[in-house]
Amino acid sequence: MDQNLRQREEKLPAIKLTIFQYLIVGVMVVLIFGLWRLQIVDAQNYRSQAEANRIRKVPILAPRGQIFDRDGRLLVDSYPSVSCFLVREQGHDYEADLPMIARGLHLTVDQIHAILKKYRAAPKYEPLPLKQDITPDEQEFIEAHRDEMPELETVDEQRRLYPKDGFAAHLVGYVGEVSEEMLNDPRYAAYEPGDVVGKSGVEESYDAILRGVDGSHDVLVDSHGREVGKLGTEPSKPGQSLKLSIDLDIQRAAENAFGDRNGAVIAMDPHTGEILAMLSRPTFDPNAFAVRIGREEWNRLITDPNHPLLNKTIQAQLAPGSTFKVIMSLAGLQQNVAQDLKVNCGGGVTFYGHYFACDKKHGPLNVQQAISRSCDTYFYTLAVKLGISSIAKYAHMVGLGQRTGVDLPDEVSGVVPSEEWKMKTFHEKWYAGETVSVGIGQGALAVTPIQLARALSGIASGGVFKRPHIVFPDEVPEDYRKAMLDTYPGSGDVTFPIDPDNWETITEGMAGATDPRAGGTAFASHLENIDFAGKTGTAQVVSHSAGTNKVSSVIAERPNAWFVGMSPRRNPDIVVAVLWEHGGWGAGSAHVAARVIEAFVNKQRRLNHNLATEKQEPVEVGAVWSDPSSPDGMGGRPVVAKRSVKTPELDAMRAGHFFIDMPPAANGAGALAAAVR
Amino acid sequence: MRRFLSFRDFDWTLLGFVMILSIISIFEIYSATLHTKFVGFYKQQILWLIGGLFAMFVFSIIDYHRLIDAIHWIYGFCVVSLVAVLVVGTKVLGARRWIKLPGGIHFQPSEWVKLVLIVAVTRYFVGLMGKQLTWADIFKAMALVGVPMLLVLKQPDLGTALTYTPVLLAGLFLGGIDLKKGAILVFAALLLGSIAFTSGKVLKPYQKARLTSFMNPDADPKGSGYQINQSKIAVGDGGVFGRGATKGTQTQGDFLPIPYTDFIFAAFAEEHGFVGAVIVLLIYFLILMRLIQNAQTAADLSGTFLIMGVVAVLIFQIAVNVGMVIGLMPVTGIPLPLMSYGGSSVLFTFLALGMVMNVRMSRFVN
Repeated sequence: MDQNLRQREEKLPAIKLTIFQYLIVGVMVVLIFGLWRLQIVDAQNYRSQAEANRIRKVPILAPRGQIFDRDGRLLVDSYPSVSCFLVREQGHDYEADLPMIARGLHLTVDQIHAILKKYRAAPKYEPLPLKQDITPDEQEFIEAHRDEMPELETVDEQRRLYPKDGFAAHLVGYVGEVSEEMLNDPRYAAYEPGDVVGKSGVEESYDAILRGVDGSHDVLVDSHGREVGKLGTEPSKPGQSLKLSIDLDIQRAAENAFGDRNGAVIAMDPHTGEILAMLSRPTFDPNAFAVRIGREEWNRLITDPNHPLLNKTIQAQLAPGSTFKVIMSLAGLQQNVAQDLKVNCGGGVTFYGHYFACDKKHGPLNVQQAISRSCDTYFYTLAVKLGISSIAKYAHMVGLGQRTGVDLPDEVSGVVPSEEWKMKTFHEKWYAGETVSVGIGQGALAVTPIQLARALSGIASGGVFKRPHIVFPDEVPEDYRKAMLDTYPGSGDVTFPIDPDNWETITEGMAGATDPRAGGTAFASHLENIDFAGKTGTAQVVSHSAGTNKVSSVIAERPNAWFVGMSPRRNPDIVVAVLWEHGGWGAGSAHVAARVIEAFVNKQRRLNHNLATEKQEPVEVGAVWSDPSSPDGMGGRPVVAKRSVKTPELDAMRAGHFFIDMPPAANGAGALAAAVR
Repeated sequence: MRRFLSFRDFDWTLLGFVMILSIISIFEIYSATLHTKFVGFYKQQILWLIGGLFAMFVFSIIDYHRLIDAIHWIYGFCVVSLVAVLVVGTKVLGARRWIKLPGGIHFQPSEWVKLVLIVAVTRYFVGLMGKQLTWADIFKAMALVGVPMLLVLKQPDLGTALTYTPVLLAGLFLGGIDLKKGAILVFAALLLGSIAFTSGKVLKPYQKARLTSFMNPDADPKGSGYQINQSKIAVGDGGVFGRGATKGTQTQGDFLPIPYTDFIFAAFAEEHGFVGAVIVLLIYFLILMRLIQNAQTAADLSGTFLIMGVVAVLIFQIAVNVGMVIGLMPVTGIPLPLMSYGGSSVLFTFLALGMVMNVRMSRFVN
């Protein structure tokens, strides 16, 4: 062996070592090419990835804009709140701490496990929300255990504070976490997961104005997310505050007068379209949404047959009943049919072989008396004379069957039936008998309270119809305003002249409705010294009961009670539409409208005489904690806080509510001043 | 037999290049551990280097023929020690790779087996020189390398086991395997490899994940692909001139995994850029070329074989490690010779160099 190994003369072929050399050259070329690709070609891309690795943007949430009434009284505020998150990538065994965490945060271990399970698909590095809106002692617990439990992280947030007891809930709306569907919607392109977004009412339609722009701290971190330095701060831009056209005094009068009935009230200034009050019943507590709403509460709200989340002033489409007779009169007079039409009401009339009943024997009537006394026989006859095309034409002219373009989300358009409409919708022929029903606001006719308020007050204003709105147009930028209007093509301000004689006839007829001397249907709501006009409506909800004057004992079969009232009778300063679902008689709604009108007129008179307005009770605004007893620990039934933080101001807030008590500025355009007591 | 060895014939040029890389390595280990709990590892590495240099000089005066003569004993001892590791070895991170020696030194035999295999393969093929390699010869060679390889795979240490293959391949190539048998072998290897990969029994799931994730690291950016992604970001972040020593954000922020061992080249590339990385590759190139030159001028066949065995292992490790760092190769856990932190690796490299030095010096002897 040794000899063999030492054959000095034997050599390997030189080519083999040369092949090795080429192999080495090849390897080097490939490696240098790889380096070239990463470090020269794509260097920028990798540099930014490296930066993204080490720079974490900690958001600074922009406080949401406050909402005031027309006199600058605070309606919606935000308050600072702290949420607790679980950070799982700390190299720390958080599982072992769970019982301790549960005790400190007043949760159960099962609840925490439920949260972990709920977010099991979330990436490890994403912090999980353990509990929102934690109390000061829970906050203290987290601070005190920072070293043992680095996995607990707190985040400062702003939460919404709405009036208590669902006061003005539907017009204000509520906010919530942006949903996945919304994020996929191009309209919400600027939103990121976890953002708070307005989901209803003014909060939704003016979300872009109210929300502001979040800022951020740029923090240097290592791979464990540990902070190793600071880079800079991008401050947040607070959301803009909004002044609503709502008058807290009128709103309160409406809320108090309407009580717990089901339905809706809307008060508007017909000169401008400014909405002065708006309510829908049953109401809900928007504060329950400020902390993530619990499933139970949510289910209760969406399954309630009375639809508490529906803003009935713009979303309930119902037969207008006799209130439609005002529009019928307009059509009849403008078409020169009603001027000379006299009808002797004998308690009903037969058309097309069918008997149409009236609620009583009114005797001989002209159009003005027919409005005041709401005689069905008269309007059956007028409907037959006009025909459905003419009726539909005037109904469309005053804005029925289309959205008013109010600056609130999800308004519905209602229905104005016609031959074309029936063919298109049901592929059926129009029956002449249907025209007779439409003549008294029944049949397929469906309107919203806001449409009715705008239509009747527009007629009383001599044919000037304004777009209803709840935020003063000069509160928002021009382009935003325009975009809002463009959302509802065809809506807006409409003017068509009404013959002065006809105008007078109709307005006198409506004034007669509240006048006992004229035998008006709402004579009981007569207001002494106030020029109060209006029209009742009792709309049947079950077809077979049409024409009967018996109030059903089954509530669901009772007719809907309408009233549209205004003051003064011509060129009114205020119009109030009241819908009392299954309220029985329209006169009951007239009573509510009378209280609202009274409040408005009294306030105007005091302002006109430079008197201080009456001392009103302040609006209570509720603060809400999450309820630890809810299944996921994240919300559930809102409960009023029992404990307080350090500052006396927050103390008052957290103790349950604070009061808004600010006399309205004398000229109505007062400074945005609000006192939190 | 032993006549005259002179350090005048020592390859000082080669040693110079090796020392440049070693010093670069120490600085980079210093930088990469600066903000970790491993701070001060560079001092340990200096000690290893001094030990390595000493071992190299000792080894360079041992006649390599005596090593070859005694290799069957050494080989046997190695196999026994590998078995011992499996039985009594210390388990670290799920793998038994180390034997704890008295004095607290952890010893990783699999690293040294490489050197032993180089010598064993040399002896085997030089013995067969001049005759056509039969299939029997080839299978015997494969068994020679295969036995320790399987033992190391069992630890499990896929990376080190893989570094044994270039020794076998270089031996077969230089030993004169003919083209046809070579082609059959390559084909068979590919077939076996794909069977092993798909069967799920040979490779552990994490090994499989590492092997596939380099092809699509974004599929699981927080799992197996994480290391590849972070390494590529680190290298790319370096740009032309680098972030500067101790200023690499990927390296210092602990985003780059183990930046002082397997991913040290990524750390270096981030802090010293394309220029620095190419200079290091150039030094490797010069070292390898210098080694081949020594192989060419070796006094006999066994000397050539020995040096080429070392060359094969070095090329393989450089290609696989740097390839992994820049995302062209899977994560296998193979250190970069002369750069990565670690005593066993340093000692292997310097002992191998010592052997090369002896081959070089021996050509002037006689």
